[in-house]
Amino acid sequence: MDGLTLASPSAERRTYSPWRETWRRYRRHKLAVVGAFLLLALVAAVVLGPFLWRVAIDDIDFAATLQGPSLAHPFGTDDLGQDLLARMIYGGRISLAVGLAAMMVSVIVGTLIGALAGMSRGALGHALMWLTDLFLSLPQLPLLLLLIYLFRDGLKAVFGPEGGIFILVVLVIGGLRWMPVARLVRAQFLSLREKEFVEAARALGASQARQVIRHILPNALGPVIIAGTIDVAAAIIAESTLSFLGLGFPPDTPTWGRLLYDAKDYLDIAAHWALFPGGAIFIAVVSINFVGDGLRDALDARKVI
Amino acid sequence: MAPLLEIKGLKTHFATDDGIVRAVDGVDITIDKGETLGVVGESGCGKTVTAMSILKLIAMPPGRIVEGQIMFEGRDLVPLASREMDEVRAKQIGFIFQEPMTSLNPVLSIGEQIAESLRRHEGLSRNDALDRTVEMLKLVQIPNAGGRVHDYPHQFSGGMRQRVMIAIALACKPKLVIADEPTTALDVTIQAQILDLLQDMKERFGMAVMLITHAMGVVAETAQRVVVMYAGKVVEEAGVDSLFEDPRHPYTQGLIRSIPRIDLNGGQKIRLEAIGGSVPILINPPPGCRFAPRCRHAMSVCTVNEPVLREVAPGHRMACHLGATP
Amino acid sequence: MSQFLLRRLLIAVPSLLGISLVLFTVLALAPGDPFSELATNPNVPPEVGLALRAKFGLDDPIYLRYLHWLVAMAQGDWGFSFVSRMNVDSLILQRLPTTLFVIGSSQVLALLIAIPVGVYAATRPYSLFDQIANVLAFIGFSLPTFFTGILFILIFSIRLDWLPFVYTTDIHATGVHWLIEEVRQAIMPVMVLGLFQAASMTRFVRSAMLDVIRLDYVTAARAKGLGQARVIVRHAMRNAMIPVVTLIALQIPAVFGGAIVTEQIFRIPGIGSLLITSILSNDTPVVMAVTFVFACLVVLFNLIADVLYGWLDPRITLR
Repeated sequence: MDGLTLASPSAERRTYSPWRETWRRYRRHKLAVVGAFLLLALVAAVVLGPFLWRVAIDDIDFAATLQGPSLAHPFGTDDLGQDLLARMIYGGRISLAVGLAAMMVSVIVGTLIGALAGMSRGALGHALMWLTDLFLSLPQLPLLLLLIYLFRDGLKAVFGPEGGIFILVVLVIGGLRWMPVARLVRAQFLSLREKEFVEAARALGASQARQVIRHILPNALGPVIIAGTIDVAAAIIAESTLSFLGLGFPPDTPTWGRLLYDAKDYLDIAAHWALFPGGAIFIAVVSINFVGDGLRDALDARKVI
Repeated sequence: MAPLLEIKGLKTHFATDDGIVRAVDGVDITIDKGETLGVVGESGCGKTVTAMSILKLIAMPPGRIVEGQIMFEGRDLVPLASREMDEVRAKQIGFIFQEPMTSLNPVLSIGEQIAESLRRHEGLSRNDALDRTVEMLKLVQIPNAGGRVHDYPHQFSGGMRQRVMIAIALACKPKLVIADEPTTALDVTIQAQILDLLQDMKERFGMAVMLITHAMGVVAETAQRVVVMYAGKVVEEAGVDSLFEDPRHPYTQGLIRSIPRIDLNGGQKIRLEAIGGSVPILINPPPGCRFAPRCRHAMSVCTVNEPVLREVAPGHRMACHLGATP
Repeated sequence: MSQFLLRRLLIAVPSLLGISLVLFTVLALAPGDPFSELATNPNVPPEVGLALRAKFGLDDPIYLRYLHWLVAMAQGDWGFSFVSRMNVDSLILQRLPTTLFVIGSSQVLALLIAIPVGVYAATRPYSLFDQIANVLAFIGFSLPTFFTGILFILIFSIRLDWLPFVYTTDIHATGVHWLIEEVRQAIMPVMVLGLFQAASMTRFVRSAMLDVIRLDYVTAARAKGLGQARVIVRHAMRNAMIPVVTLIALQIPAVFGGAIVTEQIFRIPGIGSLLITSILSNDTPVVMAVTFVFACLVVLFNLIADVLYGWLDPRITLR
């Protein structure tokens, strides 16, 4: 019986594919599941909302100003009698769109810079990292405000009031959040480019680009997804903050932050006007954060419960 | 004379996602005053878990001492609360850890890490503790002890750090010192120095030593009695001479045969014998002897009944279904 | 140690230069003439307008403009605010202490909450306390500061009338009454900022402690019979706080953002609200100067964090 190894019962487990395994681990995280559900509900509400609730966002009705929630106006009305539910659905679309677009900007820019820095072996890598560190120490909100202040009029002239602001806000928010992604991607590249399977691919004649795309990028995917998720939440907060300070979208665009800006002077008589949009921002952000946390636990292979 | 330490039927289990790992599953060990006991076995056989169980250093959420007694000077340590254990730790029983690189706190000076033990257990003042610390450092042969007492761990080499660990373990002059693989992480040349130092200290303080190692050679040199562990159980126990001259358990025989030696077979080179297979996973172990799958003498009864320790010669016990004669 | 300090200072200078370069580039790239307000505003005497154009060298080649601007900034000559009718540097100096006070107090509050809660949660992971603290933390950093501020005003000023929601710098009282009034008006903004910070800090402290608690030297400390409390505080925390310090420094830029919002809501006369009002009134010199001051503060706090890190971890300075 020399050389016979005992086959332990635990060696005969079913093997999961990586995606199923990730989902299985994600499911364990109760908060993350709740978050995913809330997020889906929110997205469904703003996407399908206008088809189900056909009230205009700018129907001024002086007879119904500052009313609390009622059957006619489930979220109440503002100081011009406009229906808040309709305005919130519209604003929700903008907020979510800004969040997603800004996230894509930061992920794309961050991945490009991180990949370049990770692949290079000389001055370029160092220069890019110095740039990343520099951007990391820039104060975000002041710079955001400064850039909006300086470029707002110019972009409005070219793309129209809403379009101009949208592009500006997305570019600026995304442009100030690419750094963590760049660092993550660069770290992945640094640790993987010397690994055996990449060496093997290189030995087999695979070009640089092929190596990058097929071998290295997929491994960086996990942390980037997590960073991207958090980015959406941060972008939504940034856009609402700008609107709340009166420096975001034009005054008649009812983003959630803008609604709060309008509502803040009527807190004593129409608290609902502030509570609904504020609550919506909170639910959006907290559900994204839960999802991000669940993803972090699910995708982090090192973690042992 | 009553033994200093008597472990009876110790079982320490760990709850994991895949099931309960029975790391130590019924272990009896006895150590007399002033005796050096060697505990040998492969990695994963439960030696370290046994040692850490004595001082309750196991992480108690996943780990648990499920059964057994640990009698130290006639008192059972198992039911003691943490606060009561603190009176035993370092003062009565010292512990030398395996990895000198990671077992010292990087932000405290080595002097601090020795002195805090002295201040806690002997109520010394800062200055007295410092003096005693410098004495200890000199004892463990750290050069320029007075000057280096305020240095930090990263400023010392591996061998020096292990000496510091020994100083920490011995500072309060405990009656028993558990040395968990004290030389495994060190260079071969340093290993010998550390073992000599341990021997030196033992002679000076007259303490008992529980020396845990997987190197049979170390045990042959330093221990008086030896316990061989496999898969969470004790499989053989004997005086060191008796064990090396007449190993009875097939596992022990395998261990001894796998020591590289040039004096066997008249100086001719022979193939080194390894024990085939690998250490079993300790979740839901199959019935019978745990060594059976790797044992060249396995019989049908071995996979059905678990053997118990029985005396095969004076002071020599082993757990195997093979007859008393080899 | 002093060598370490010196090295860190030397690194801070290029950071400042880099930031100043970014700010200047932004200004130069902006379409239109940000200083046009100065020329068209009737309040600005023409000599001052001309002098400003000359100082900023708006007709010089760009690298000269940058150097002029940089020198002016370094000397504290930040221009003139026609809106407030005073020099920008004195305007900022007047309002800076308030901002620093609010930020400082909120950070202290955040640490006072985050450290005990985070450490305790780490010693009992997955317990009820830990799970509740975790959920509360998530809620805490998902609530934007402007919403929390509004909620606080709604509850404490409007419904309960316990606290004033407008901040004044000259309280007409003396002694204990002055102190009480100061505290009363500062509680809400400090709590809004502080709780937000505490939420993310708690999670980080917990995770840093968990990483340290399972390390060998903590077990070795327990083996010395030092007692749970001493092991946690002297051995685990001392090491776990090192990455926490780094995190606090990295979060400082975000704290400034929160401070700006808080100052707006509670009408606190700090440099945050100054930034907003000067943007709304197109007072460019003030906008530039305040942004620059924020950037300098970030570099300063990073430097402080580096120094603290070096002080806490002997491996850094004694190499």
